[in-house]
Amino acid sequence: MTNSTEERKIRLATVWLGGCSGCNMSFLDLGELLIDLSQRTELVYGPFTDIKAFPKDVDITIVEGSINNTENLELYREIRQRTKIVVSFGDCAVTGNVSSLRNVLTPEEVLVQSYGHVPGDPPYGSEASEVLPRLLPKSYPLHHVLPVDAFIPGCPPDPERTWPALLALLEGKRAEPAPEERSFG
Amino acid sequence: MNRAELDQLRDRARQAKGEQRVRFLVCYSTPCLSSGAPAIRAALEEGIAEEGRKGEVAVVATGCMGPCSRGPRVTVQHRGGQETAYERVTPEMARVLLRRHAADEEGPPEHVLAPDLPYFTRQTRWVLENSGRVDPENIADYIGRDGYAALGRALHEMTPEEVCEAIARSGLRGRGGGGYPTGLKWHLVRKARAERKFVVANGDEGDPGAYMDRTLMESDPHKILEGMAIAGYAVGADKGFIYVRGEYAVAAKRLEKAIRDAERLGLLGARVLDSSFRFRIDLRLGAGAFVCGEETALMNSIMGGRGNPSPRPPYPAQRGLWNQPTLINNVETLGAVAPILRHGPEAFAAIGTAKSKGTKIFALVGEVRTAGLIEVPMGITLREIVEGVGGGMSEGETFKAAQTGGPSGGCIPREHLDTPVDYESLTALGSIMGSGGLIVMGQKSCMVDVAKYFMDFCLDESCGKCIPCRAGTVEMHRILERITSGSAVEGEIERLEELCALAREASLCGLGATAPNPVLATLRYFRDEYHAHIREHRCPAGVCRFTDVPREHLGDRQAAQMQSARSEMEGI
Amino acid sequence: MSVITLTIDGHLVSGRAGQSVLEVSRDAGIEIPTLCWLEGLSPWGGCRLCVVELKGEQRLFTSCTTVAAEGMHVVTRSARLENYRRMLVELLLAERNHYCAVCVVDGHCELQSMAARLGVDHVRFDYLNPPLPMDISHDLFGLDHNRCILCTRCVRVCDEVEGAHTWDVRGRGTTERVVIDLDRPWKESTSCTRCGKCVQVCPVGALFHKGVTVGEMVKDNSFLMDIIKRRRSAQPFVERRRS
Repeated sequence: MTNSTEERKIRLATVWLGGCSGCNMSFLDLGELLIDLSQRTELVYGPFTDIKAFPKDVDITIVEGSINNTENLELYREIRQRTKIVVSFGDCAVTGNVSSLRNVLTPEEVLVQSYGHVPGDPPYGSEASEVLPRLLPKSYPLHHVLPVDAFIPGCPPDPERTWPALLALLEGKRAEPAPEERSFG
Repeated sequence: MNRAELDQLRDRARQAKGEQRVRFLVCYSTPCLSSGAPAIRAALEEGIAEEGRKGEVAVVATGCMGPCSRGPRVTVQHRGGQETAYERVTPEMARVLLRRHAADEEGPPEHVLAPDLPYFTRQTRWVLENSGRVDPENIADYIGRDGYAALGRALHEMTPEEVCEAIARSGLRGRGGGGYPTGLKWHLVRKARAERKFVVANGDEGDPGAYMDRTLMESDPHKILEGMAIAGYAVGADKGFIYVRGEYAVAAKRLEKAIRDAERLGLLGARVLDSSFRFRIDLRLGAGAFVCGEETALMNSIMGGRGNPSPRPPYPAQRGLWNQPTLINNVETLGAVAPILRHGPEAFAAIGTAKSKGTKIFALVGEVRTAGLIEVPMGITLREIVEGVGGGMSEGETFKAAQTGGPSGGCIPREHLDTPVDYESLTALGSIMGSGGLIVMGQKSCMVDVAKYFMDFCLDESCGKCIPCRAGTVEMHRILERITSGSAVEGEIERLEELCALAREASLCGLGATAPNPVLATLRYFRDEYHAHIREHRCPAGVCRFTDVPREHLGDRQAAQMQSARSEMEGI
Repeated sequence: MSVITLTIDGHLVSGRAGQSVLEVSRDAGIEIPTLCWLEGLSPWGGCRLCVVELKGEQRLFTSCTTVAAEGMHVVTRSARLENYRRMLVELLLAERNHYCAVCVVDGHCELQSMAARLGVDHVRFDYLNPPLPMDISHDLFGLDHNRCILCTRCVRVCDEVEGAHTWDVRGRGTTERVVIDLDRPWKESTSCTRCGKCVQVCPVGALFHKGVTVGEMVKDNSFLMDIIKRRRSAQPFVERRRS
C-alpha cells in the first residue's frame, strides 16, 4: 500500500474562478518550493497548464476566486465531483471579498453601472447572453455553494501561509495555521 | 373619601342600577368597536329617546363580553335578573331588540347566544369578573361591584407584610409569561431599602394574536389601578407607572380617565381612602417596540431613554427605575390582586394545579368555532379549551397544533392535547405559558411557515443591541426562507439548530433568548415536515411554493434559457 | 475597599469588591475576548464575546457586566464558549460589508484579529450585504457604516469622556445605525468638538481619518485611561454601569 501511494504522485490542480488571479500569482511566489512541490505532485490542471477539461480523480484542487457566474458554477461543480480535497484559496474563494463588492446591487444594476453609464453599447440582448456567462444573483464564497475541505484566507495568501497549509494537506493532515496566518485580508 | 363613604357610593351605584328596568349592555371593546358597536349604541339611544323610555331603559357601553369572533355583542338584562346574550347584532336588529325587550318580549332567537354555550359555562372569571358587566369609564360601576374595597381592607386592616404574604399564599405567578411567584417578588421589593420605590404595570402586550392585556385595560381599568395601589402599599412605593402599548389608544384613554376619576374620589393621590398612604399613577405610552415589553427595556423607556434592554442582574427589584427598587408586574397579574384580597388567597389557590394556581386569560384564536378572550382555571387541558370552550375546530378542519406564547413560545401537537395547561407542563413540552396567546391551527398550516413567520417578527423587533439576536434572527430567517422556497440543502437544519442554541444562550435579553422557541418546537414535533420541504420540495400543508433552487443549480435554469434562446436564433 | 476571592478557570484569584468579573480576570492575567468593551468606558454587553459560565447557573453571563462576588466559580474557556464566540464573530462578519482586503484598518483591526485569534477562517452564514452609505462630509473624519459592528464605543466615549454626546444610535435590529446629532451629516453637527476620540476607540474601520488608504489607519486609544486616571474620582465598576 505504502509503496503504491509513493509511486503515484499526488494529483494537484489549481483553478482561477471569480477572482483577479492574484492568488495564483502569489502561489507562484512559492519560488523554489515549487520544485519541491513538483517532486511530490503532478499538476493536472490550472492556469499554468494548457489542459482544457478538468480531469478526473484529482487529489487536491486549490481554488481561487468566488462563484460569480454560470461558468464559475459549472466548473466548480465539476471540480467538487472530481476532487477529494477542495481548498478554498484566498479571500475571494473564502469570503467573496472584492468579487462580492457587487452584492449590494442586482446583476442588472451591476451591468448598467459598468457598461450602461459609459460610451458604447451595453452587452445586452440575445447576442450577448449567448456568448457571455450570466452573472449569478450574487457572488458566493465556494462553501456557500458546495462544501469545501480546507480554507486558506488572505488577499492574496502569502507563501508563508500557503506552504505549511499545503504541506499538511499533502501529508494527509488537516491544515491548522497559527492565528496570525489565518486572518482575512 | 373614607371607607364608609366608599360603602355608601357602592350602595348608591347598586340602587341606581336597580331603578333601570331593562339594561342594554353593548360591548365596547376593540373587536366589537371595529365591527360596528358605536352604530348599535346610537341606534339604541335614538330608539330610547323616540319611544320616551329614558330612565327605565338604559344603554351601557361595557368592556369585552366574548366571544369576540361573534361581535358586535349585546347583552340585555332585565330587572328580575334574566339575561339574554346576542351575537352579530346590526343597528336594525338593535331597534328590534329594544322594542321587544322593552315590552318584556324575547328577541329574535337566531341571534341569541345560548347561556349554556361551553364558551360561557367553562370559564372561571376572576380577573375578567367585571369585563362586559361594567362601564369602564364609570368609576361608580366599578365601585358598585365592590371596587376599591380590597384596597380599603389592605390599607386599614393589613400590614404591608401581610398583603405580600396574602399574595404569596394565593400562589399567584407572573402572568406576563415568566411565571415568577408574585408574592416572592413583592417581598423582595418590600424588603429592599431605598429612598424611593416604584410600581410598574406592564401593559406593553405585543405577541401577535394576543389581546388579553388590552381587553383587561379596556374593560376594567380600575381593577388594574386598584391592584397597583395595593402593590404600592405592600412594597412601600408612592408612585406607579402604567406602561401601555402605543397602539392601544382605547385602553390608554380609558386608563387616563380612570386615573383622573380615582384621584378625584381620593382613591389615588395624597391620602388614599383617608389613610397615610400616598400613591400616584402616571400613564406612559410605548412607541411601538415589542422589546419594550421586556422589563429592563420598558424601564429605560419610562425614564425617557431608548428602549434597549440592560443585562440582569441587577434585577428591577434591586435597581430599577432611577436605580431604585421597582416592582414590575404584568397588568393581568395586577388584575388578580384585588379579587384575591376580596375572596381570600385560599379561594384563589383552590383553583388550578399544585404549582400553577388560579385562572389564566387566553386569547383563543385560529381555527376554532368560538374564538375570543377566555379565562379558564389553570390545569385545564388543551383539549378542553379547544373542544370545549372553543366549541371544537372550525368547519372542515382537524387539529394539528396549538401555538402558545407567541414568538417566544412553541407549538403543542395533537398527541399532547390532554396536557394540563400550567407553567411547568407547557415548558416540558418545549412551549411556554407566555402571556396567553393561543393560536389553534389545522392541517392547512405549514409548521415551517409558522416558524418563519415568528422569526420574521423577531428579526424586525430585535432592538439591535446584541449580535446573536440582531443578526442571528436574520440568519435563522434566511435558512427558514430557503427551506420554504426550495433552495435549502442538507445540513441547513443542523446549522439552524446551532443558531438557535447561540441565540438562546448568548442573547442579552428574553427576546433573543426565546426567539428560537418556535423553530425548536416545530423541529421537535414536525421535523418530518422540514425534511419533506428540503428533500422532496413538498409542503405537506400545501402552503409553500418552491420557486427557488439550491445555489448549486442556479446555473441550470439560465443554461436552459440560453439553450432556448440559441434554438430560437437558429430557427430564424 | 474590601477584597473578594473567587475561582476563575480553576485558579483562585482575588479582586476588589465592585469589580466586574472581566476586570478581576484580566488583573489575574486571564484574557477574555472582548470587542464592545473598552477599559475606561461603561460596559455595554452587546458583542457577547466575553460570555462566561458561572457555576450553578444555567445561562451565560457577560463578564463585562457581571459584578464579581465572593466565592464565585467562573469558567472563561470551554468548548461551548469557544464555539459560541466563533459564531458571534461569524455573525458580525456576515452582518455588514467587511472587506478586510480593501479596508483602511486592514492589519490593525480588532474584528479581523479576533476572527483570526478565535479560528474563524470562514463564515458559514449568509453574507447579508446591506447597501449602506458612508458619511465623508466632515473635513477630518469619515464614517463607513459598512464596517460598523454597533459596539457603541463611539457613543460612549463621546458621552462619558468628551461629554458632547454627538453620537447615538437609531433604528433597530440590523437596520440600527450610529448617528450624529439626530442623524445629520457629520459636517453639519453642532455638538461635535472635532476631538477625534470616537475615531480612536472604534475597533474597526467604521471611523477613520480622511486621506488614509488600505491598511493605513492605525488606532491609538491609550489617551483614554490617561484621562480617566487624571479624574478626581475614578468610578468603581458598579457605579459605571448604566441603568
